[in-house]
Amino acid sequence: MRHLLDIMDLSVAEIDELIATANDIIARPAAYADVCAGKKLATLFFEPSTRTRLSFEAAMLDLGGKVLGFSDAQCSSSSKGESVADTIHVVSCYADIIAMRHPKEGAPRVASMHSEVPVINAGDGGHNHPTQTLTDLLTISRELGRLNDFTIGFCGDLKFGRTVHSLISALSRYTGIKIVLISPEELELPDYIQRDVIDKNGLESYKTTDLLEVMPQLDVLYMTRVQKERFFNEDDYLRLRDSYILTPDKLDTAKKDLKILHPLPRVNEISVKIDADPRACYFKQVRNGKFIRMALILKLLKEAEA
Amino acid sequence: MNIDAVKNGIVLDHIPAGRSMEIYKALELEKLDCQVAIIRNAQSEKMGKKDILKIDADVDLDFTVLGYLAPGITVNIIRDGLRAEKRCLELPAEVRGVIRCRNPRCITSVEQELEQVFRLTDRENRVYRCWYCDSAAHDSGI
Repeated sequence: MRHLLDIMDLSVAEIDELIATANDIIARPAAYADVCAGKKLATLFFEPSTRTRLSFEAAMLDLGGKVLGFSDAQCSSSSKGESVADTIHVVSCYADIIAMRHPKEGAPRVASMHSEVPVINAGDGGHNHPTQTLTDLLTISRELGRLNDFTIGFCGDLKFGRTVHSLISALSRYTGIKIVLISPEELELPDYIQRDVIDKNGLESYKTTDLLEVMPQLDVLYMTRVQKERFFNEDDYLRLRDSYILTPDKLDTAKKDLKILHPLPRVNEISVKIDADPRACYFKQVRNGKFIRMALILKLLKEAEA
Repeated sequence: MNIDAVKNGIVLDHIPAGRSMEIYKALELEKLDCQVAIIRNAQSEKMGKKDILKIDADVDLDFTVLGYLAPGITVNIIRDGLRAEKRCLELPAEVRGVIRCRNPRCITSVEQELEQVFRLTDRENRVYRCWYCDSAAHDSGI
């Protein structure tokens, strides 16, 4: 049974295929309106994430399928102490495909070991969030027209930011990518990502604490939120929360065709004054998220039936 | 004490000096009722000093654990007083139930019946990562 737990579970050719399908769905939505008729997606959200859950549910509904599930662990039997394995055994009797978010890292892998239907990791703690990475890749591909030969700056929480780690891993398989890492020292990219992904794959990279210094060279700026739930210590969170805030004046030296991405939700790291700037792509990113999830659901269901 | 002293059993040779007790415990040799000899700081041309463990019985040992604990160790299988087989252990690709993940965010921290599984991701630097959460094993312990 094919699952998606980590973006690296997909080959570059498969990512290209998903992007092509998503682009076709965008161009011809009516052609996909009933392709999942009679199929059910279970959204098992053991921690709240309205945006990701709605994106999965909208994706399945737009494919003509149905959705069921829960949006909080308190609404599931896990609050009574049920294991992930037992929950999945039960749910895979009802659904054709599962999208699962869990606060514990590796929970979707446990689910995949016990599921009779495909499992999609919709985020496991600070570990993986492969459909966000697919969303990012689709957005970059659509906005830049390529996934090779560009400079991308990652700004904010690079230590706990799983979307950053996954996107860097995914980009390591493309050519001509330059990675610029912009963060306070306390939130720098973990050494093992630098060593095992960036250095091992020969990616060009540059580390700085100064966003303005590198702004002119960026083709893509990937902003991130400092997430409270990733900190054990409230004081550290409060101290670092406002490390990097993107305001219109900071874009003065940016390229006219810069693409600003953010996995959302944002707190205050991008000023709302930037929303109207044509370089802001984060709401397009949200829309792309639904289309790439549609493509993914289609692919995994098709493979499960084969 | 020579290998000859073991009639039918196993001799673990070329153990880095000082690590024999760690291996003794990990293999749970204290549960055996046969003779087990621990030789510490034996002279070695290759290593300077080494430890040796001699087990005077033909027991089943977990070579995966051994390979993880001390790659490069030599396992001599002795039958009728002669060396019947010699194995040089390498780092195993996967170890199960040996290392415990210490990442408090890992699913294994709350579902403790899950088998602990670590996979070798970097042979050169001897890095094992938790199969569930990808945390490195050098943050973990036996």
